[in-house]
Amino acid sequence: MRSIQYEAPATVDEAVARLAEAGDKARPLAGGTDLIVQMRSRLISPEVIVDVKNIPELLQVSEEGGGFRVGAAVPGAVLGENEAVVAMWPGVVEAFELIGSTQIQGRASLGGNLCNGSPAADSTPAMIAAGVTCEIAGPNGRREAPVEDLVTAPGETSLGRGELVVSFFLPPRPARTGDAYLRFIPRTEMDIAVVGVGVCVTLDDGGTCTGARVGLGAVAPRPLLVPAAADALVGTRLDDGAMANLAAAASAACNPIDDKRGTKTYRIKVAGVLARRAAGIASERARSN
Amino acid sequence: MSDSASGFKWVGTRPVRPDGLDKVTGRANFGADFTMPGMLVGRILRSPHAHARVAGIDASAALAVPGVKAVVTAEDFPEIPDGDLMVGEGPMNFRDLSCNVMARGKVLYDGHPVAAVAATSRAAAEEALDRIRVDYEVLPHVVDVLEAMEPGAPLLHENLFTEGVDPKPDRPSNVASRVEFSLGDVEAGFAEADVVVEGEYTTEAVHQGYIEPHAAVASVGEDGHCTVWCSSQGQFMVRAYCAKLLGVENSRIRVIPSEIGGGFGGKTTIYVEPVALALSRKAGRPVKIVMDRDEVFRATGPTSSTHVKVRIGATKDGRITAGDTELRYQAGAFSGSPVQLGCMTAFAPYHLDHVRAVGYDVVVNRPKCAAYRAPGAPMAAFGVESALDELAGKLGMDPLELRLANAAREGTKAAYGPRFRQIGYVETVEAALAHEHYRAALGPNQGRGVASGFWFNIGGQSSAAVHVNEDGTAVVVDPNPDIGGSRASMAIMAAEVLGIDYDRVRPIVPDTSSIPYSDMTGGSRVTFAVGMAVVEAAKQVVEELRSRAAKVWDVDVDGVVWENGEARPASSNVGEFEPLSLAALAEGSAKTGGPISGQATINARGAGPGFGTHVCDVEVDPDTGRVTVLRYTAVQDVGRAIHPSYVEGQLQGGAAQGIGWALNEEYVYSEAGTLENPGFLDYRVPVASDLPMIDTVLVEVPNPRHPYGVRGVGEVPIIPPLAAVANAIRHACGTRMNHLPASPPRLLAALDAAKLPEAAD
Repeated sequence: MRSIQYEAPATVDEAVARLAEAGDKARPLAGGTDLIVQMRSRLISPEVIVDVKNIPELLQVSEEGGGFRVGAAVPGAVLGENEAVVAMWPGVVEAFELIGSTQIQGRASLGGNLCNGSPAADSTPAMIAAGVTCEIAGPNGRREAPVEDLVTAPGETSLGRGELVVSFFLPPRPARTGDAYLRFIPRTEMDIAVVGVGVCVTLDDGGTCTGARVGLGAVAPRPLLVPAAADALVGTRLDDGAMANLAAAASAACNPIDDKRGTKTYRIKVAGVLARRAAGIASERARSN
Repeated sequence: MSDSASGFKWVGTRPVRPDGLDKVTGRANFGADFTMPGMLVGRILRSPHAHARVAGIDASAALAVPGVKAVVTAEDFPEIPDGDLMVGEGPMNFRDLSCNVMARGKVLYDGHPVAAVAATSRAAAEEALDRIRVDYEVLPHVVDVLEAMEPGAPLLHENLFTEGVDPKPDRPSNVASRVEFSLGDVEAGFAEADVVVEGEYTTEAVHQGYIEPHAAVASVGEDGHCTVWCSSQGQFMVRAYCAKLLGVENSRIRVIPSEIGGGFGGKTTIYVEPVALALSRKAGRPVKIVMDRDEVFRATGPTSSTHVKVRIGATKDGRITAGDTELRYQAGAFSGSPVQLGCMTAFAPYHLDHVRAVGYDVVVNRPKCAAYRAPGAPMAAFGVESALDELAGKLGMDPLELRLANAAREGTKAAYGPRFRQIGYVETVEAALAHEHYRAALGPNQGRGVASGFWFNIGGQSSAAVHVNEDGTAVVVDPNPDIGGSRASMAIMAAEVLGIDYDRVRPIVPDTSSIPYSDMTGGSRVTFAVGMAVVEAAKQVVEELRSRAAKVWDVDVDGVVWENGEARPASSNVGEFEPLSLAALAEGSAKTGGPISGQATINARGAGPGFGTHVCDVEVDPDTGRVTVLRYTAVQDVGRAIHPSYVEGQLQGGAAQGIGWALNEEYVYSEAGTLENPGFLDYRVPVASDLPMIDTVLVEVPNPRHPYGVRGVGEVPIIPPLAAVANAIRHACGTRMNHLPASPPRLLAALDAAKLPEAAD
């Protein structure tokens, strides 16, 4: 009969040691809003569960270098109440807060949302757009990686044996910069993105776009950073023509599938629609910053 | 609380339901909440294939798992000959039911049970399921209703020959039957028409979506007597069906109903109960089976996916000269789709001289359909009411005025046979026309749709008892599981007859051994039919109370009247006596003849047909195909609302389910015929924030054949929304959705295909 070993280490080193020992048989547990559901659905059956919620570093939010360091297990409800983070990166926070319901928000974490490896994770495209990086601890020490490098395929990440995402670094926001995230779901809540788009734009004094990042979710086997979509905006005043080019570039970057949540054609088209709308919100925010 | 205008003290008031507090505090016991000492966990092994021959089942490795106490397969159930048998509810094919509960020889859909295990833990039971070896010979499958009708389609049953065609076919097919209802001569009617509209309409299979999964505990004693605790829409149904499937007499089974967490028709049959009984019989211990959500979606419910053709002819001034429809409904793996009810209801709101409805009941490799709220009617109404909207457009007529001009009234002969007595359809259309909603302004990309619906409502065999307690309170024994607030309605009616306070009447839902037989909770029958039994039982109590007072006063019983909850002398000629309250008579009952109670058994006739008319406003996002329901008003003739809040709740709930059906709910199958979305994440019922507050208008045209004028109300409100939403979409963006649900991908594809301007037409 199956049994499960539950570990609740108090330090990152201990957690890494436990994960490294057990390899593929182990899964870290933060909020559990994906892990427990997958176990109950008999999709996965890990033999070792390493609960990371007793490690202080993974539960902290702190200012760092003009930006913020957010622990990988910080729940959405906590980050949503952090006014300074919300003011600096509203797109990242609103994407995080779209996950699940009020109850789920009390548990769900950025680390879990990313490392679950879903191409449709809401917070991932928003973090990609904001240029967020993650700090990864492993048997060989620590390393930093951009969020867009984490997920490699549905359910798969670039993390090595024993590696654990411990925190995210939300960089200092440049002047006249704004971010936004929009997703399409058929309902108003309690759903998984059919398309998710994060956009971040930086404007100069005259309103010309000097920098942009566009992240796409649910339209390819992994969340995408789309430089071509950003290029469509940079150097423009975000006029209708630039927005149309953005939409076209976002659509062109899609490599989706037909599934129960949407058709390929639908995802490609709506990725463009949402990119345009998200860029509109991001530029409004940039102008008011 | 009294309503002086109606002359009633309790009828028409809104007291708190007797089961309310327990439900909102989590104290109520639902199907999964019951446990027994020594109880085992039962789990069911289900087919991963849409269609396969079962060449063999080897459970030896499963039985070797520690903690496993029994494994059952079809071999553990008696083989039942084909054909219908009569039980309390009517004819039923128990061979089909047995084969649906546990596959025999062939599996016919993804999720079809093939074996079950009872073990001391869920983990042991699941490990055992993994170790049962089933040899499947996979067969070609078909899930689409039209494809299943094609010659050469994969055949589900080699002994299925189409009924209702002449001559009887000599080869089997997937078409179980053809039915036809007609009146007049439709071709003659079309010859009179100036305008003809035609359309084809498709709906997808939808599930009832009750929150509570199917659950049962079964215990079979050493003497063969069985007890079942379960959630259902009829404990007597569970008893009769289990008895037939296990080959035992009704008297050997006692079924104790739990609270029910939603049914909507889906709990009018059995799934886990006979399996739990078979496991318990074999293991010698009580067995509990609780379905997981994916099991609920894969193997229970749903209702048919359908294809509907409609043709309607009318004169230039808006008189409908002919209505013609062909309905094709898939029944799932065994015959018995609600296509006949679709045929009967399709044109029922209208007075037509020439009308025809032809229906085909078709089997496919999907779970066997179960009843779903107004079974069969919403899909037929989707076709007819969409076509009427097209007709109104062609005639340049207001769509409600078109309906009013052709409305069924008292004396109208319906295509399905009867002549309507007092009905309130016209009143619902007039109320919708007069409603402020119907004139409210609309913005860009917004549109308004209307549609109507008809449901028969039924009566049926019903029992009830009213017991007076020794302290002057009363118990109403109401044998029907309460899915819509019926206990409150029963208590209100009993309080009204007895003349005591609602709070002094406690209704309970008893087990099968404590009250005579009653038909299921279904067909919108309970408040009407069981309500009549309650009223009759309460009247018996009043008669008894009068006779007890007569005894106390030593007068003739004719000299005693019952008023405001007390016995009074009928006149001064009888004598001068202080009134005797119910409480006083109860307290003294030992001296006047013992306990006071009444019990009624009836077969209720005279259910009043129900009609509703809905108005829906939507906004369409032309870039994403997303539909937002902005405003919704449901108007319905409810006869008389015994408890108006719960009647309004029925209208709102029906509308919400219909809107879900119209916009996002659907069964999605893979190429292999397996269900892709067996969960509430991807089977999208509307969440609360998806819907506006649904406004209701209760039109009261009392049913003269009920003591308080009750008509059934629960089913009508799910009928109009499919077309009301589709018509609203049409007026918002110019595109008619002939295929529901109008999910964003489907609507955006239609918008792009139509290449119509984004603005409203």
